[in-house]
Amino acid sequence: MFKQTTAITAMNLRSIPQRVGTSWVIVIGIAVTVAVLVSVLAMVDGFSKTLANTGRADRAIVLRGGSVAELSSTISRDNTITIMDAPGVKKDADGKPIASAEMVAVVALPQRRTGTAANVTVRGIGAKALELRPEIHIVAGRMFQPAVRELIVGHSAVTQFKGVDIGSHITFRNTDWTVVGEFESGGDAHESELMGDIETVLSAFRRNLFQSVTVMLDSPAAFAQFKDKLTTDPTLTVDVKREPDYYAEQSKQLNKLLNFLAFGVGGIMAIGAIFGALNTMYSAVSARSLEIATLRAIGFGAGAVVVSVFVEALLLSLVGGLIGAAAAWLFFNGNTVNTLGANFTQVVFHLTVTPHLLISGIIWACFIGVLGGLFPAIRAARLPVATALRAA
Amino acid sequence: MKYFPLLWAALWRKKARTIFTLLSILVAFLLFGMLQGVNSAFNQAVEKANVNRLITTSSIALTENLPYADMAQIEALPGVANVAHASWFGPYYQDPKNFIFTFPVEPDRYFLVYPELILPKDQLEAFEHTRTGAVIGADLARKYGWKIGDRVPLHSTIWTKPDGTSDWNFDVVGIYQVPSDRAQESAFFFNYKYFDEGRSFGKGTVGWYIIQVKDPTQSAQVAATVDKLFANSTDETKTETEKEFQQAFLKQIGDINMIVTYILFAVFFALLFATGSTMMQSVRERVPELAVLKTLGFSDTAMLTLVLCESTLLCLLAAALGLLIAWALFPGLKDVIGVVKLPAPVIVEGIVVALLLAFVTGIVPAWRAKRLDIVEALRG
Repeated sequence: MFKQTTAITAMNLRSIPQRVGTSWVIVIGIAVTVAVLVSVLAMVDGFSKTLANTGRADRAIVLRGGSVAELSSTISRDNTITIMDAPGVKKDADGKPIASAEMVAVVALPQRRTGTAANVTVRGIGAKALELRPEIHIVAGRMFQPAVRELIVGHSAVTQFKGVDIGSHITFRNTDWTVVGEFESGGDAHESELMGDIETVLSAFRRNLFQSVTVMLDSPAAFAQFKDKLTTDPTLTVDVKREPDYYAEQSKQLNKLLNFLAFGVGGIMAIGAIFGALNTMYSAVSARSLEIATLRAIGFGAGAVVVSVFVEALLLSLVGGLIGAAAAWLFFNGNTVNTLGANFTQVVFHLTVTPHLLISGIIWACFIGVLGGLFPAIRAARLPVATALRAA
Repeated sequence: MKYFPLLWAALWRKKARTIFTLLSILVAFLLFGMLQGVNSAFNQAVEKANVNRLITTSSIALTENLPYADMAQIEALPGVANVAHASWFGPYYQDPKNFIFTFPVEPDRYFLVYPELILPKDQLEAFEHTRTGAVIGADLARKYGWKIGDRVPLHSTIWTKPDGTSDWNFDVVGIYQVPSDRAQESAFFFNYKYFDEGRSFGKGTVGWYIIQVKDPTQSAQVAATVDKLFANSTDETKTETEKEFQQAFLKQIGDINMIVTYILFAVFFALLFATGSTMMQSVRERVPELAVLKTLGFSDTAMLTLVLCESTLLCLLAAALGLLIAWALFPGLKDVIGVVKLPAPVIVEGIVVALLLAFVTGIVPAWRAKRLDIVEALRG
């Protein structure tokens, strides 16, 4: 049985070059499906990685009650002090809370690729912000000076927007700001932002309200205590969230859309590819019906014929899957994309075609191949020997 | 037409192959309909933009407010017919999922610059005279079952009142319609006065201005004049035509057009192979039959036309079915894109693409049929 199978399969595969036209249908159909699927999934991956990286379980963000995002929240100066002094907040060596009361504003900057304006976040951060977010480190230039109109810019922002390189000037509200440093923060959401000293930014935007307070907790477990204290304080109306929860909520909408695109479009394309594969394999079987009948007549089993058709379908799909995955990797890996996030500002993220995605793309390809090969294989096995021979 | 039975028979000569090819093409056109539909729905806002209107926003970003006092200055400029303003209220109804596009406006001004919003005169008057009055779109009214006389509470995610709450109550006094574009019937307007008196911060500002110009050919000039008026003030402005404004906004979301084009390009590339190979095979198998037809007196051109008609029939049939399914499914996307119907130009585009596909995949086998040598073919 095994010997028969290998013999027929080898014969099949050797004859593929004679059927090269129809074989391309399977290969290309699957390659295209896999390429689209893998690249859209790479977008999903890149986006969720950006937002997942942003949070830490031992950090919490406080917004005004009922505000969905930082941009729509407002917190008074008195309240920020109450929040930072709450139990559960970690203190540094000199006994001050590791926390940052912040404001966000939006500035329109031209996108590098299209030249059209995009909303970029300018975040005013407190003195302890770098202690609070140790993942931020300056990679070029220097940190901004407090009380001077200086900004630092995230690495992702530099790649996507014009006019934010070190040394460039940004004007808003009749104030002139200089970009003095570039920072990296592990590719998280803050890397798409500009940051400056909170008091200077507040005064430039003529505001006196903060928008969020982010605090470092003693431990992830201290969250409950911190939250209870703030939500029971009658002078405060605030929402308290762990950072990862907050950022997960922010990305829910876009994640849903991207997943819909990946599996909706990818799924429909896969169905199309299955029809293509069925067509190819049926015509492969009918082109070889005489050969198959002859083999059956001289004693080869039906099982061996089934396997041979199956192997051919799988092999062609595998080639298609590999081509598709390679194309997605070649064209899209490392690309940067930006879109409007929940804060009405741009989030920059990197497309990463991970080995995991490549493998799942190839699994999809095999799945399509199996479905496309199944019915033709059964038909090949059921081929009535006498009729097939006579027809020739 | 009399050859139709012949074409039909040729098409169904190999049932399985024709069905699978048909389904492949159908799936491709289903995708075409859905993706192009979404794309054109997004672009519709741009295409329908009014040439008479300019939008003035803060030069920093759309989220920064402008002083209310600017209005009188803009109104006094030459070339300006009317000025209105709106602001972003950002509320939801009962649950954050029920987001409602809500704008505080000055009724007489706003409905003057947006003549496409149809509101009965008595309702406009009621709107002007009711402090807590609100005018809502017909679609929004249907969605929540709101009627004139209803009291609607909304929770703003931005604007608090002096008492610290963000719950605002409104009385529905009117329902507007937009016969030219039903997708615009989901907004909620209320009195700016009520808004400005009620909010605890940001008093005396508006989100953006809408300027109606006297002569559309002068819009660039008027825009420049407005921006020059406020240059070097603390509230510099950026004035664009409505079309530029919408385009810039779409570009913020991402280049939808590009993504759709990429995907469709890939799909049709694969389809070209699938359909092309089917047509090739079908002609190859029928060489003797075609030779008989030629012997019977069919001319070379007739053979060419016959095969091309066959591929056209196949592609058109499948494309029509695919687009029909897309058309049926499209309303399901209403919550995502806000458009109810698959835009008609997409269907026309689809048919054109189908004809193109038919020609490209049919021409090689058709040429072969045309050049067929009867003696050779019959001997084979």
